[in-house]
Amino acid sequence: MNDMTLMDKTVDTQNIKIAARDVNVHYGDSHAIKDVNVEIEDKTVTAFIGPSGCGKSTFLRCLNRMNDTIGICRVKGDILLDGEDIYDRRVDPVQLRAKVGMVFQKPNPFPKSIYDNVAYGPRIHGLARNKAELDEIVEKSLRRAAIWDEVKDRLDAPGTGLSGGQQQRLCIARAVATEPEVLLMDEPCSALDPIATAQVEELIDELRSRYSVVIVTHSMQQAARVSQKTAFFHLGNLVEFGPTGQIFTNPEDSRTESYITGRIG
Amino acid sequence: MTDLSQNTSGTVPRKHGGSLLEQSPHTKKRNAAETRFKAYGIAAIAAGLLMLAVLVTTIVGKGTGAFQQTFVTLQVDLLEQKLDKKGNRDLADIKKVTTFGYAPIIKGAMTSVVEELGIETGLKAKQLAAILSKDAAAQLREYVIANPDQIGQTVEFRFLASSRVDGYLKGRVTRASIERDKNISPEQLDIVDALAVAGALEKTFNLDFILGADASDARPEAAGIGVAMLGSLSMMLVVLALALPIGVAASIYLEEFAPQNWLTYMIEVNISNLAAVPSIVFGILGLAVFINYMHLPTSAPLVGGLVLTLMTLPTIIISTRAALKAVPPSIRDAALGVGASKMQAVFHHVLPLAAPGILTGTIIGLAQALGETAPLLLIGMVGFIASNAPESLADGLLAPNSAMPAQIYEWAKRADPAFYERAWGGIIILLIFLVTMNTLAVILRRRFERRW
Repeated sequence: MNDMTLMDKTVDTQNIKIAARDVNVHYGDSHAIKDVNVEIEDKTVTAFIGPSGCGKSTFLRCLNRMNDTIGICRVKGDILLDGEDIYDRRVDPVQLRAKVGMVFQKPNPFPKSIYDNVAYGPRIHGLARNKAELDEIVEKSLRRAAIWDEVKDRLDAPGTGLSGGQQQRLCIARAVATEPEVLLMDEPCSALDPIATAQVEELIDELRSRYSVVIVTHSMQQAARVSQKTAFFHLGNLVEFGPTGQIFTNPEDSRTESYITGRIG
Repeated sequence: MTDLSQNTSGTVPRKHGGSLLEQSPHTKKRNAAETRFKAYGIAAIAAGLLMLAVLVTTIVGKGTGAFQQTFVTLQVDLLEQKLDKKGNRDLADIKKVTTFGYAPIIKGAMTSVVEELGIETGLKAKQLAAILSKDAAAQLREYVIANPDQIGQTVEFRFLASSRVDGYLKGRVTRASIERDKNISPEQLDIVDALAVAGALEKTFNLDFILGADASDARPEAAGIGVAMLGSLSMMLVVLALALPIGVAASIYLEEFAPQNWLTYMIEVNISNLAAVPSIVFGILGLAVFINYMHLPTSAPLVGGLVLTLMTLPTIIISTRAALKAVPPSIRDAALGVGASKMQAVFHHVLPLAAPGILTGTIIGLAQALGETAPLLLIGMVGFIASNAPESLADGLLAPNSAMPAQIYEWAKRADPAFYERAWGGIIILLIFLVTMNTLAVILRRRFERRW
């Protein structure tokens, strides 16, 4: 309990990185997200949990405007990143996505070499002036994603030839290579075995020191293990949002309790 | 309760009844239906293979003759008093001697070979010379113009034999079949037999058929498909240069960028419809737009290429869109997720992965265009006889020419059976091209398939 209170205190003192106000998302006629208000803090892992189809992935994809690629998706309300509305007409989603990186459910390395996978982001954003700098960024990113030792001797090998867990960590390296401020992870471990999952979870905990991490997960144990804050979504509503310890031990809403105890979901 | 009583009596209750070791009537029926279906499938494939075998044997059987031609080798006295009266080897003067001036020389060469071999014949020199092709004098004239220094000497020259003689050696013409033929007599065939025995007349591989130009109705033995092949090649260049960039750009826009609304939907539907439009419709469109309105030259491969581009575009667009669709969306997500713009995502990641599919579609579209005849009928590329190969690329595009399938159609239309043989030979060449292109498409697809 001591640990918990300590953690709560550190969370409270941190800045709000992303603030969502009255966010509503419609897919054509269906109302996928209903009046969601949430504040995501810097240097924190925030977990979104909830049953399938509850809108947690949809909401996550709103945070870096990946939903723009879906024609029928409409987003209402404000999402502020450092106080700036990311849905403002002046915001270029490409610039936003360089700041808010994303890791997907299925590991999706480019069918290119490991090096090129990581170097792609820095290249298109012009982060490196020469080959040496690019090499440095690639190494740093692969180290941060805890995969450097495994791939340092075969950077020219195709990224698709790695194991599932390695591929996912490569995708994380690719995401951190562009120096984002927020890292969104959409069920990053759902395609991985328990050992790879443990490696990625450990990594997420390390990433917290630099980034604000938002993770969508189906596994409540995972949410409990890696996150400091948890949001529970149900049928498009944000039911409850609070410190992870509190959500899992003493939820306020009966629906949250039913879900974490396995009665619904 | 009944279950219980059965259990106690030692029999195992089964929902489906009976032993597993024997098939129930229902299972038997199902299996019989499956066996029947497999038999139908095998029968269908066997029928298809049989027809293919018939097709291939017919084509090869009838067409290989075109690749062989009968030639007569003669010693020719290139008499100076006939070919260069002034004796100063002036090319302009030599060119003034028409093929009529060469006829006596050929007659002389023919009579002397018959005399040398000691063949007794009542035929006149003119009839002896008729064993050779009507093209013989022109062949000799061309040779002399190219080598004026040979005038006054005796040279060995290989003349084309007439198509009747060629047919006689190939078995197409028999002594019985020439009874009413004014072009050849049994006495001439006697000479042919004697010349063949003496080795002066022989059947050899005919490179001129592959490289040469078409010839007029009276000289089927001189006709070749080479110039038409160049016409086809020029058209394919036009198709490739226009259809590939336009088609790929259109599909990328429609697939990746276009908003989903009724307008794009209508465009998509109509592109699919265009792929099913009969090619002759494109031909008449080409006639109306490119020739009547834009006044581009008739019979030119450029116009043919433009018409075939219109015809090939839907094929390329449809296959390119399919190839783009086959690239998993996760690749696009990955690129967008690291902050690539849509265009970067498409050109850096999606397009390279779709390239094999696009190339395959393009090659298949080109193969389709290569074999197309109907639209060429309407823009005047059929029935035209180009006597010389084009001299340059521009000439190849703008000078009137034919195309391989149009040439084959033209030959098949003519009365002389010697042309009929050439039509089959042309089909062999066309099929070699098509099979090569399709094989290339298959290899490309195999080689680069599913790299992700």
